[in-house]
Amino acid sequence: MINIEQLHKRFGKNQVLKGVDLEITKKGVFAILGPNGSGKTTLIKTILGMVIPDKGKLLVGGIPINKNWKYRDQIDYLPQIANFPANLTVQELIEMIKDLRNHPGEDKKLIALFKLEPFLSKKLSNLSGGTKQKVNLVLTLMFDSPIIILDEPTSGLDPIALLHLKALIKEEKAKGKIILITSHIMSFVEEMADEIVFLLEGKVYFKGSIEALKTQTQESNFEHAIANLLTFDHA
Amino acid sequence: MLKILKYSFFDLIRSRWSYVYLLFYLLLGCVLLFLNNDLSKAIITLMNVIIILVPLIGTIFGVMYYYNSKEFTELLLAQPIKRSSIFIGQYLGVALSLSMSLVIGLGIPFALYGLFQSNEIWDFVLLLVTGTFLTLIFTALAFNIALYNENKIKGFSYSILLWLFMAVIYDGLFLMSLIAFQSYPLDSFSIGATMFNPIDLSRILILLKLDISALLGYTGAVFQKFFGTGFGLFISIGALSLWVILPVYNIYRKCRKKDF
Repeated sequence: MINIEQLHKRFGKNQVLKGVDLEITKKGVFAILGPNGSGKTTLIKTILGMVIPDKGKLLVGGIPINKNWKYRDQIDYLPQIANFPANLTVQELIEMIKDLRNHPGEDKKLIALFKLEPFLSKKLSNLSGGTKQKVNLVLTLMFDSPIIILDEPTSGLDPIALLHLKALIKEEKAKGKIILITSHIMSFVEEMADEIVFLLEGKVYFKGSIEALKTQTQESNFEHAIANLLTFDHA
Repeated sequence: MLKILKYSFFDLIRSRWSYVYLLFYLLLGCVLLFLNNDLSKAIITLMNVIIILVPLIGTIFGVMYYYNSKEFTELLLAQPIKRSSIFIGQYLGVALSLSMSLVIGLGIPFALYGLFQSNEIWDFVLLLVTGTFLTLIFTALAFNIALYNENKIKGFSYSILLWLFMAVIYDGLFLMSLIAFQSYPLDSFSIGATMFNPIDLSRILILLKLDISALLGYTGAVFQKFFGTGFGLFISIGALSLWVILPVYNIYRKCRKKDF
C-alpha cells in the first residue's frame, strides 16, 4: 500500500533523508523507530505530502502522491504536538474536520470512551496537554481509513486512556488496516508492533519483526536490542 | 476552498479585532461628517486616511493571521484538501472580512447622512472600491512575506517595512528623483513609477474621479493629460487588479512547493 524508493530530503544544509527505501504491503502495526533527528517525522510528513521530497518515488495505494491530494482521504494522521486553533471549542473542531473530510465519522463513541463530554463546549486553548491529546486521538480515529499514522500517540495520556488507545489500535488492526506508529516508549512499541522499521541517519537501518531484531542483536530484551542497534552495529 | 474561506471568515468575524476595526471606521465616518458637514470634503479627508491606514491594517492582519493559524494550517494540510485551496481560502477569509469592516463601517454613517440622495455617491463607491483593492493587495503581499519567512519576527519586520516603503519612503524617493532629473522629460517615468506603487495608484484613481486638479499633483496631472479622466481611471483600475493577481498567483505557486 505504501511504496517508497530512494527518498531524499534536505533542509538547508541538513540532509535528513538519504535514500529511504520502504515497502509496506502487509496489514499490521509498523513501528518507525530511530534516535532523535533520524528523520521519523520527516518521513511521515513526506508520506502525508506536507514535506515535498527532493528525489525519490512515493506511492500510496499504488498512486504517486506528487501533486495529488485526494489520496490523503485514505490516511488518518495524528500529529506529534497537538496544536489546534485556540478560539474554537472541541465540538466545533470535530464538526469542522468532519465537514472538511466529507465523512460522517464515529466521534460519539470515541468521545464517550475518552470521557470528553464535559470538555465539548470548552475552548481548545483551555485544555490540558493530555486532554488535547485525547481530542487529537478522537479527530484521528473517528474516520475509517485504511492507513493510520500515529506520531507519538502516547504523549501526555493517563494510564486509563493509554489502555483505551492500545485497545483501539488492536481493534483497527483487526479490521485489516496499515498502522504506522512512532514512539519513544519501547514497552508500548513491543506490545503493539508487528514490525520494526529502524531509521538511522536518514536510511532504513533495520526492517523486520521484533523476534528477528532480537536474534540479530543476540539480546533477549527489546529495549536492549534497540540500544544495541545504536551502539555496536553502527559504531 | 469555499469551506476554508468560510471557516477563516467566521473565525475572524468572531475575533475582537474585527469589531475594533469596524468601530474605528464607524467613528471616523461620523466624526468626519460632523466636522466637515459636507460629503465631498469628508470623502477627500477619508481618502487620505484610507490610503495610509488600509494598507497598514491589511499587512498586519495578514501576517498575524498567517502566523497565528499555523497550527490550524498544519491540521488542514493532513486532510484531503488541495494546498492552494487552504492558503487562498485563508487569504480570502482575511481580506474579505477586513473589506467588510471597511465597507460597513464607512457605509453606515454615510448612508445615514443622506449619501443616496447626493451626487457624490459614485465618488464614495469608488473610495470603497479602492479601499477594498488596497486590502486585497496588502493582505496578499503580507501572505507572501509570511510564506517566505518561517521566523515571525522577521516576517513582521518585513511587512512593516513594506508598508513604510510604499506609504512614505517611495514618495520621498520619487520626489527626489523628480527634482534630480528635472531637466529631462519625466512624463513616462512618473507614470511608470506610479504604477509600481498601489498606494499612489489609488490616490490618483480617487483624485481623477473627484476631479480636483489642485490636489492631483504632478503625476496626477500627467496621468490626466496622458490618458484623460475616463481612460486614466480604467488604466489605474487595471494596474490595481494586476497588483492583486500577481501576489495571489505567487501565493498559489509558493505554497505548493513549501515544506511544513
